[in-house]
Amino acid sequence: MSETKNVLVAEDVVVKFVGDSGDGMQLTGTLFSDTVAYDHNDLTTFPDYPAEIRAPQNTIAGVSGFQVHFGSKKILTFGDLCQTLVAMNPASLKANLKWAEKGAYIIVDADLFTDAYNEKAGYKTNPLTDGSLSEYKLAAVPMISLTKEAVKHLEMDNKSVIKSKNMFSLGICLYLYSKTLDHAIKHIDSKFAKKPQLAELNKTVLKAGYEYAEKSPIFDTIFQVNAADVEKGNYRNIHGNQATAWGLIAAAEKAKLQLFLGSYPITPATEILMELAKHKSLGVKVIQYEDEIAGICGAIGASFAGSLACTTTSGPGLSLKSEAMGLAVITELPLVIVNVQRGGPSTGLPTKSEQSDLMQALFGRNGEAPMVVISSSSPVDCFYKAFFAAKIALEHMVPVILLTEGALGFGSELFRIPKMSELPEINPPMATPNDPDFKPYRRDPETLVRQWATPGTEGLRHRIGGLEKEDIIGNVSTDPLNHEKMTYYRAEKVARVVKKIPDQELYGDATGDLLIVSWGSTQGSVYSAVRKLREDGYKVSQAHFSYLNPLPKNTEEVLSGFKHICVCELNSGQLVNWLKMNFNKHDYSQYNKVQGLPFLKSELLAHFTNLLKK
Amino acid sequence: MAENINLTVDRSNVELTKADFVSDQMVKWCPGCGAHAILAAVANVFPKIGYRKENFMMVSGIGCSSRFPYYVNTYGFHSIHGRANPIATGMKVANPHLSVWVATGDGDSMAIGGNHFIHVIRRNVDINIMLFNNQIYGLTKGQYSPTTPMGMVTKTSPQGTIEHPFTAGELVLGAQGSFFARVVDTDVKMMTEVMFEAARHDGTSVVEIMQNCIIFNDKTHALITAKETKDEYQLKLRNGEPMIFGANRDKGIRLNGTQLEVVTIGQNGITENDLLVHDQYQQDPGIHLMLAKMAPPKYPMAMGVIRSANYPTYDDMVEMQIDYAKANSKIKCMDDLLNSGEVFAI
Repeated sequence: MSETKNVLVAEDVVVKFVGDSGDGMQLTGTLFSDTVAYDHNDLTTFPDYPAEIRAPQNTIAGVSGFQVHFGSKKILTFGDLCQTLVAMNPASLKANLKWAEKGAYIIVDADLFTDAYNEKAGYKTNPLTDGSLSEYKLAAVPMISLTKEAVKHLEMDNKSVIKSKNMFSLGICLYLYSKTLDHAIKHIDSKFAKKPQLAELNKTVLKAGYEYAEKSPIFDTIFQVNAADVEKGNYRNIHGNQATAWGLIAAAEKAKLQLFLGSYPITPATEILMELAKHKSLGVKVIQYEDEIAGICGAIGASFAGSLACTTTSGPGLSLKSEAMGLAVITELPLVIVNVQRGGPSTGLPTKSEQSDLMQALFGRNGEAPMVVISSSSPVDCFYKAFFAAKIALEHMVPVILLTEGALGFGSELFRIPKMSELPEINPPMATPNDPDFKPYRRDPETLVRQWATPGTEGLRHRIGGLEKEDIIGNVSTDPLNHEKMTYYRAEKVARVVKKIPDQELYGDATGDLLIVSWGSTQGSVYSAVRKLREDGYKVSQAHFSYLNPLPKNTEEVLSGFKHICVCELNSGQLVNWLKMNFNKHDYSQYNKVQGLPFLKSELLAHFTNLLKK
Repeated sequence: MAENINLTVDRSNVELTKADFVSDQMVKWCPGCGAHAILAAVANVFPKIGYRKENFMMVSGIGCSSRFPYYVNTYGFHSIHGRANPIATGMKVANPHLSVWVATGDGDSMAIGGNHFIHVIRRNVDINIMLFNNQIYGLTKGQYSPTTPMGMVTKTSPQGTIEHPFTAGELVLGAQGSFFARVVDTDVKMMTEVMFEAARHDGTSVVEIMQNCIIFNDKTHALITAKETKDEYQLKLRNGEPMIFGANRDKGIRLNGTQLEVVTIGQNGITENDLLVHDQYQQDPGIHLMLAKMAPPKYPMAMGVIRSANYPTYDDMVEMQIDYAKANSKIKCMDDLLNSGEVFAI
């Protein structure tokens, strides 16, 4: 390390890589984040893809990004503004400069800031020279030229050489954050094990970037992020969708059942389907069906046949599954429906995140068809909530909706690997073969749960289906009083799940001026804002809800401790109305954002401060 | 081939009888409905297949046909409109030891469930589909269905339908079906034989049952059912036998150029040797498709097993992939998976 550099010790930093969708920014970001994870920093990552696979080059529509938030403290959010922005072309700079902090390093490939490219990106003048970046630390690096220069001796084709320039930017960033090249080199070696020439090329460019940054006077300040003080154990980086898939496999293993997934590809949920398709060695059966409806119907069939059955989707797919969800409700079969929420309505914003399917999850079915609804609040939490959703579904013979979000599914964080022995047991209510007292709708008096008699079991042949059934006996029944009774049973059965749901926790004191309520992916940003206000002496607390139906049994008590309650959501106000329906004597307001973007800590702070001043 | 018997399904140790499948439910189809005869045929078939009675799974969608699960004592699932086929697929893949039967109709499987119908066939999941084709919506009281003949007046086509009807066999073979048979609800004996063959077939079997709806579409299949005409309009196919029909068994089917042709034996020098010999097992579906499309009055209607070709089944391949993965993967349990790949200690 050069002696002339200032080394700044940072508690947490945000680095964002952006470029054309063909520039390899996802790989660059992944290698960078894996390196910081190996270096024992805590981290989250958040990719930002365009909806198009390959939009026209150097256009805003084609910008692909990858954000890494890492630090020596617990990292709770994907990060608001970045301290380093790597922009590989004018369009990506144009689209992302607003996410860079004043004073941030802006590292660009200067070779691409030509008049034609600048104009295509919507710049009237060259941003590198017109003074518009004067408030930032601009590193205008002629990356293509430097890459070509560095690998001249390898005599490789031009296309491969230019493609490798992302390694140049990675080299710069690894130097800038005092990280070694070891992990990246290891990865390149294994990725190109059969193409040693390409391995050599990429490693040479990576080192060239690192050495360039070391020598360049513009990088006069470099950063040191110390190891995070996290619980000891084995760790890995995990994406939310992968975590959801793993949580389901873990639940099947605990319940000693086969896992069955019926699904259909849909952004941003497809990764769960792809992940589960990989794990046939664990007995996971996956059918990629012809449509969303078939996906859930297949799962219902597999559930009747005795599997832990799941279906995975996103908003429009959840709409298509509505009728079949009603079938799962009336047949009282275990089923996990994962909805990775995206912006709506209709096709909406497929690659952007939102929390706008809560009301649909609670009510979006014909007739009265109540379902258990659970949400997850971070990529790692997707593992535990998927496991819990399966546990509830199996033990209570009910369909359960797990709401995650695109941001959680695509985002990643450090996962302390649990041992399977640490996870709770799952005990489905299997019927006993040849039980003379078996009836399809006979219920446990405590939980109202019926028994699970799977085809093949001796002495328990029976029929169920979508028509209303007679209490206990299970024959088709149109009797008015029976229908009313069964309707209340179905509702009460869901309500009694509350006994297995942990009490609602509070961050902060149990009483105060203001309670901030959040759910889903916003936990970290809301927490950061509330913590700041508490440090400043305000009487504010946070209640982050994961269990949305039934709501935890102490909810009323938690809400009662505060003069005012503000419910923050990435929709126009859904949880707030659900709370008002259930607990109507409190003073509520709401804070919403429906832009397909997460809350910024700064905007939350500003809003909460205003509320507290009133 | 025909001798292949599905080995994944558990055999019964005891001889079963009709009584083992009698349901305690009152059968609520209209008196005179063709469905009663279908139920009788199923009651003949199930005890003979030899599977444990607990391993039968009867699935249905919505419509008159879909009340079927209540009337036979098996594990039963009466689902939602059009979705019996994907549900049955899930059941069979989840538990390949089950003998899975679907009772469905022309509306259920060819209108609202049309997409699922072609895909279950394409996958060749080892299930048995009984397709009740009465060419009308009965349960909703008389609207046209995807198989209603063009021009027919129904409650939703007061001036006659202007839709081209589907032929079930064309859809099945178009979707690469491995088994297709056609029977008529008036012939319990043939239904019994054909369903038995369907049960023994590995893969998706579709048995189209030309069914009479006595209330909303009476005598829709009259040409092939009426005493006076049925022999002239039914070609009963038998594997390995020439295609002969007619009250006097003097008519036959031959291939003339690229088309099927009805000929009379003894006329213009035609002998039995000129007739097509039925080969239900041949892989090429060309002749099977031509047979499935034959319709009165120009042709007789082909009855019996039209196609029964041998292909790997979806559920078998699922098991094979899982067995292979279990034998070859280092990941044997969830703890292995959690600790696989890039893991580091802090």
